[in-house]
Amino acid sequence: MDLLEYQGKELFARHGLAVSRGMTARSVEDAVAAAAGLGFPVVVKAQVLIGGRGKAGGVKLAGSEEELREHAGAILGMSIRGHVVHTLWIERASEIASELYASVLLDRSAKAPLVMFSSEGGIEIEQVAREHPDKLAREHVDYLGGLQREQALEIAAAGGAPEDLREAIADALCCLYEVFCQEEATLTEINPLIITPEREVRALDAKVTLDDNALFRHPENQGYSDLESLDPLERRAREEGVQYVGLDGDIGILGNGAGLVMSTLDVVAQAGGRPANFLDAGGGADAAKIEQAASLILSNPAVKAVLFNIFGGITRCDEVAKGLIAAFESLKPTLPFVVRLDGTNAEQGRELLAEAQLPGVHSAQTMDEAAALVVELARSAENVGSAR
Amino acid sequence: MAILVERSTRLCVAGITGREGSFHTRANRDYGTNVVSGVTPGKGGQSMEGIPVFDRFADAVAQTQPNTAMIFVPPRFAADSILEAAAAGIELIVAITEGIPAHDELRVYNTLRRDHPQTRLIGPNCPGILSPEQANVGIIPAAVFAQGSVGVVSRSGTLTYQIGKEIAQAGLGCSTIVGIGGDPVPGSSFVEIIELFAGDPETELIVLAGEIGGSAEEEAAEYIAETVSKPVIAYIAGFTAPEGKTMGHAGAIVSGSAGTAQAKAQALEAHGVPVARTPSQVATLAVEALAQRTSS
Repeated sequence: MDLLEYQGKELFARHGLAVSRGMTARSVEDAVAAAAGLGFPVVVKAQVLIGGRGKAGGVKLAGSEEELREHAGAILGMSIRGHVVHTLWIERASEIASELYASVLLDRSAKAPLVMFSSEGGIEIEQVAREHPDKLAREHVDYLGGLQREQALEIAAAGGAPEDLREAIADALCCLYEVFCQEEATLTEINPLIITPEREVRALDAKVTLDDNALFRHPENQGYSDLESLDPLERRAREEGVQYVGLDGDIGILGNGAGLVMSTLDVVAQAGGRPANFLDAGGGADAAKIEQAASLILSNPAVKAVLFNIFGGITRCDEVAKGLIAAFESLKPTLPFVVRLDGTNAEQGRELLAEAQLPGVHSAQTMDEAAALVVELARSAENVGSAR
Repeated sequence: MAILVERSTRLCVAGITGREGSFHTRANRDYGTNVVSGVTPGKGGQSMEGIPVFDRFADAVAQTQPNTAMIFVPPRFAADSILEAAAAGIELIVAITEGIPAHDELRVYNTLRRDHPQTRLIGPNCPGILSPEQANVGIIPAAVFAQGSVGVVSRSGTLTYQIGKEIAQAGLGCSTIVGIGGDPVPGSSFVEIIELFAGDPETELIVLAGEIGGSAEEEAAEYIAETVSKPVIAYIAGFTAPEGKTMGHAGAIVSGSAGTAQAKAQALEAHGVPVARTPSQVATLAVEALAQRTSS
């Protein structure tokens, strides 16, 4: 789960990392009230889970109430690369002497936490790595031993921290590492970490990804889930416990197992089609779950044809067939379906479908054949649509 | 011969009395796997259809000498169960459980490396290991696969079954199928399993089935180019996956420009590993590679 900036800052503050004072606002009036408490100038920051907010006009400095009203009004409701702004973070503006970069992330190839620090911050870390490789420190931490202060001091020095602030920066790195471990994050990043003219070190931004699988141990973090910013279908899928990712095509896809569903999307794309979604019904999905999943796919008005690609392992194909039959009874879809059943109880599943004689449901033997057929059906549906 | 699991496998199942655990233990035993015991805390002294159940791995090891453990316990207890099996001296642990917290996986991986370097962990979040006609440890539907000379290693479950089916339809069989799992911190990576296949006389061809996220495929590509003389064929899922979205598996995510299917396919091809674009093409390439090997 990715956190919004203000949520990440809350976590940082909980672990003693310095952040600027601020408040959230969901309306212009909220923003004005927040600024009255903080004092001008303030920074108005769009709270969205996507980078490039500043360039998109989602971060503005306001020196007066009039400016604040103008900026808050413009940013609320703004769409930044598809993410609509519902919440603002109003923060007391900071004076900045220099911008640094700090992060801790789970390095999958090393199977260890990786701490990175650079005295060149405020730009993308990839750009730092390219342009100032000598000023980017990257060090793995022994997970069982934790980040020791000595190592944090070494990392600060290697990344070019000014000498008078090495202690303070090492402290910040230790705090960040503590957030990473104790909150069970897979990423904690501060960009920029700033030095103020008074030589204070403070986090001006926060990017945190928490591990969903560990949330049961962190009930206080469960409220961070930002369902509001999700695509409505993705939100519904999450509530129903189905893995769904919306895409921009017109062929609805349902399969079992993440790898097989990804592969199905690829095979459909290669056959010339455009998938409308990724939907993994999961291992052992029963008829009710299949019916729910079918309904989810059909709620997307862009869908012109649907492909079910099932390779039964734990999942039983007869349950899939029953779910599809139930979906036809309750939803009465008029779109063409292509169903490919293989593996556990495939024969029974195919027989159930043959007996039910559902209108517009085609059976396919192989994955390639199923993909070719659904692409053709989506195309002819498109032609019918445009001829109308 | 095969790798990891074979006729000499003696399996102990943690979570044997649970719904999933008992179902798949039964299926593994019916396939011919020698299931010697199970572990469920608080149920020691009971039996599951004649298979003795113990409270702790240490007791199971003392009395039934398993050499392989399968972990079927719920995610919040799985890390400790894996470490308990390792401490009891079991050298191959297959963790099926999905949804284990990433920091638990970090702790397990690094503890095994420090305290039990001889222990090999497969998974978590994996379908297990099948050596056709010999032993099945996990949830792989054995009927899909025939016995033969193709070694398969994969990050996915059902996709592996799909590829196995295509291989079987092309008239080929498999030596062993290993699911290494879709989590961010797998106990074993492609490289370690490919190394085993490279040393297995029965395996003539290796199939690697990867997906978006991480850099395990890129690391495998380098390893193959440097050390593997057997032919290797790859398949990568997720060419159409958008950036920043987790595609079902916790580890399957494109972050910025890192972890894309394109980058993985390019790395593999640059190191001389052909990459199939569809599961059916895996079988076509496998038949070609084996024909070439026989003729040369």
